[in-house]
Amino acid sequence: MQTDRLIAALAADANTAPRRIGPVLTLALLAALPVSVALFMSILGMRPDVRTAMHNPFFDLKFVVTSVLAFTAIVVSLHLTRPEASFDRWGWLLVLPVVVIILGVTAEMMMPHQRPWLTRLIGNNAMACMASIPLFSLPFLAAALLALRRGAPAHPALAGMTAGLLAAGLGATLYASHCADDSPLFVMVWYSLATAFVAAVGAFVGRRVLRY
Amino acid sequence: MRGRDEEWTGLMRAANAGDAAAYRRLLEAVTPVLRAATYRGLARAGQPVDQSEDIVQEILLAVHLKRQTWDATAPFAPWLFAIARNKLIDALRRRGRRVFVNIDDFSETIAAPAAGDTLSPGEVASHLDGLPQRQRDVLRSIAVESASIKETATRLAMTEGAVRVALHRGLASLAAKLREP
Repeated sequence: MQTDRLIAALAADANTAPRRIGPVLTLALLAALPVSVALFMSILGMRPDVRTAMHNPFFDLKFVVTSVLAFTAIVVSLHLTRPEASFDRWGWLLVLPVVVIILGVTAEMMMPHQRPWLTRLIGNNAMACMASIPLFSLPFLAAALLALRRGAPAHPALAGMTAGLLAAGLGATLYASHCADDSPLFVMVWYSLATAFVAAVGAFVGRRVLRY
Repeated sequence: MRGRDEEWTGLMRAANAGDAAAYRRLLEAVTPVLRAATYRGLARAGQPVDQSEDIVQEILLAVHLKRQTWDATAPFAPWLFAIARNKLIDALRRRGRRVFVNIDDFSETIAAPAAGDTLSPGEVASHLDGLPQRQRDVLRSIAVESASIKETATRLAMTEGAVRVALHRGLASLAAKLREP
């Protein structure tokens, strides 16, 4: 095939404008939402004392951490769909959820406590947390990877990793309303481990499916 | 260089607004630059330079299929060269070489050697046979036999809309086949 003929074919296809990735990613995540919520409600459901728990700032802080993670990871993911985008320039955004949780841990440390810090850290639901967050993240991860396939990332594994982070952020937001452990120490350790696992899965799959 | 970049950016904006002629002019303008850069990249990697046209075609396909990732407020050239670099590295890797492409290969290219008028069908065309029949017929008609969409529709007894769909899908499948190791 002559290159000028290929160009003619591409020009003939010029008006089939591909959709931008931002709206596609939003739609994909909205489509995954009912799936994750259904999974969550049928397996766990919210904790029974959710109304009183809402008055506990450390309960609310969990949602701040997980939604900041989801939001920043969405922003970074969208940047990484551009071939010339560099992770160095945008990746620092992912430090924000870490800052929030560290502030939370510091705040809790300064309060008087009956329970020793190790008890709070270990909590009661560590294993459930480690299993649940990846499970509820999965629909979001699949949706995000599917949408991001329209992108042209320079580093597919990195793009997959941020897709994993955003999925974990959304999955953990659901799980947080069930989890009875509200200590920021617990969140810092177990939520992070679960998130790292989802991010690793995202990187592994992304390396294969996000190449262009 | 600045003038060239601004011209490309302007053409791509016009293309996004639906100006197919501007789009074609843009692709024709970038091709010699891509060709020269690919040629240099191959030579530097110690690879036979006769594959450069295949890689240029791969780059053009990727540019076409990923053009929604270009941010219209950003200059076009860095985006283009990022894709070109990625495709060149990919092509070298597929040929079993781990090479680092010099960024300079894609930054200030002036030289534009004429297209090697190859008789070989090339790597892109060799994948045509693997496509579903509709896509293959439409792509052949437009990209090999130089027919327009209208002529192709008449020839294949399809609607113009169906030709457009088959063309778009065919280009996407071609790119997917080229990605396979």
